Amino acid sequence: MSPESPAPRDTTRENQGAAHAGLRLAEPLVLQSGVTLPGVTMAYQTWGTLNADKSNCVLVCHALTGDQYVVDTHPVTGKPGWWSDLVGPGKIVDTERFYVVCANVLGGCMGSTGPKDINPATGKPWGLSFPVITIPDMVQAQAKLLDHLGVRQLFCVIGGSMGAMQVLEWSHRYPERVFAAVPIAGSYRHSAQNIAFHEVGRQAIMADPDWCQGNYADEGKIPKRGLAVARMAAHITYLSETALHRKFGRRLQDRNALTYGFDADFQVESYLRHQGNTFVDRFDANSYLYITRAMDYFDLAEEHNGVLAEAFTGTKVRFCLISFSSDWLFPTPESRAIVRALNAVAANVSFVEVISDKGHDAFLLDEPEFHQTLQGFIDGSADQRGLPARRKP
Amino acid sequence: MTEQKPAAPRIRVDLQQVADLVPPGARVLDVGCGDGTLLAYLTAHKKVDGRGMELSMARVRAAVSQGLPVIQGNLENDLKDYPAGAFDYAILSQTLQATHNPAAVVEDLLRIARRAIVSFPNFAHWRVRLSVMFGGRMPVTPTLADSWFDTPNIHLCTILDFIDLCRIMGVRIEASFALDGAGRKREFAATAAIANLLSEQALFVLTRD
Repeated sequence: MSPESPAPRDTTRENQGAAHAGLRLAEPLVLQSGVTLPGVTMAYQTWGTLNADKSNCVLVCHALTGDQYVVDTHPVTGKPGWWSDLVGPGKIVDTERFYVVCANVLGGCMGSTGPKDINPATGKPWGLSFPVITIPDMVQAQAKLLDHLGVRQLFCVIGGSMGAMQVLEWSHRYPERVFAAVPIAGSYRHSAQNIAFHEVGRQAIMADPDWCQGNYADEGKIPKRGLAVARMAAHITYLSETALHRKFGRRLQDRNALTYGFDADFQVESYLRHQGNTFVDRFDANSYLYITRAMDYFDLAEEHNGVLAEAFTGTKVRFCLISFSSDWLFPTPESRAIVRALNAVAANVSFVEVISDKGHDAFLLDEPEFHQTLQGFIDGSADQRGLPARRKP
Repeated sequence: MTEQKPAAPRIRVDLQQVADLVPPGARVLDVGCGDGTLLAYLTAHKKVDGRGMELSMARVRAAVSQGLPVIQGNLENDLKDYPAGAFDYAILSQTLQATHNPAAVVEDLLRIARRAIVSFPNFAHWRVRLSVMFGGRMPVTPTLADSWFDTPNIHLCTILDFIDLCRIMGVRIEASFALDGAGRKREFAATAAIANLLSEQALFVLTRD
């Protein structure tokens, strides 16, 4: 399906020439850091049609290394969209009922403005001169995109992991623009352990000589080894110990005996190396630095003196929080803390922990209990919003 | 569970008794809401602004899958999170006797809601009395079906005991009903002492107003 925008485009210029369909924002963005970022492009995809009263828009927020290719075949990897199990015609997020939008995050590397783009002031890639961006900055940029698309209020904003942070930020920053919110496998702030893992990844990238202090594009290099190691370390945090051991155990890779060396003797080593090596083909190292930083900086309670509930005072948003029992990156107590904060303001909240041994990545996988929960919440919310009921299969 | 429909016109008799006490459009918290049967009924037929809390994650999933706002939680820890006066009605059906601190639970219910609807099995029902007196063993009756060693009921009480508790706590009993084992209202004109002998279950509407 090709992107379509039902809104007039007179105030903005479509980025027609780029590989990724996008919108160049008319106004510069004033970032949380105070820096003004001009010439921002938001790359995005849409599916379905916005209804007459513009009440059926679902915004999907992607995770750290996700992108806007939710449904369609990925243009770089050739793989199916990362949530094509959930989003599409007749699916849980039914593109025949809903107008679904997903944008590459600000600071990303799939068409939205990020550190690999050209700084208009210098004519060179931004590199580390790109301003540090935050989750609120990402959400602000999405809000401007939705303004352009003619969407005033979202029916639902949904996302997992870093996507969940954006969902919470949306509900906090623009409560009147959100009818229902589904933060999945997320948290209202990064824990010390979360930050620690990200720091390992960043140090791996920065220790790669090909990183060239962030100027690798100018030097014609790519810090592949550093980025691959960052991905390998992060990938472990996305899986549970049980899932990893079930998948690989101590099995050897293409050999019958240990080699007494440092080859990838074990299947798990070979698997991680493969994950790292394929990741560098689709992701930019500096983007990885910036986006992990944005997650580290996120703390929704901080600006309310540590009282998370105050971030949601008087909220009318309907929330559905979902966590996974074996997720140790964003464990269930993180979601429960959000639920408690929402209860403290008597918000409308559903909360389910899905029993799964697949770890953090479960939100991307075929988990029937998760899908059943989500379907129920979306259908119930659609009914409350006065949207037509799902066609029974 | 799959054959349950949120808009089903008939629900379990004891739940129907509770539902009849809730006025249309009320803000309701159903504590220990199970798979959401009562909440679904109240939402569909009384247009309440309803929420639910349930201990069992499987039942929570069943409720949320019907589109009901239900969270997994333990009433003895998690009622504290709600602000005072958040609801018009807090419902606690057949659960009070399984709590560690029933008085604190009633206190919490009346803090977060203007009225509490509480039901429990009556331990002074004649069948219970006979069971202890002549059987010499802890009673196992249709209403109290578990043996002493595997029952969740750790704070069983009688109707008179509960009335005493309300007096001690300064809680006003706005309405009270004697129910039979199936939850149907008993027809006898009940003084508390007679109700205490003849009712298998009791249903109270409490308030601090």
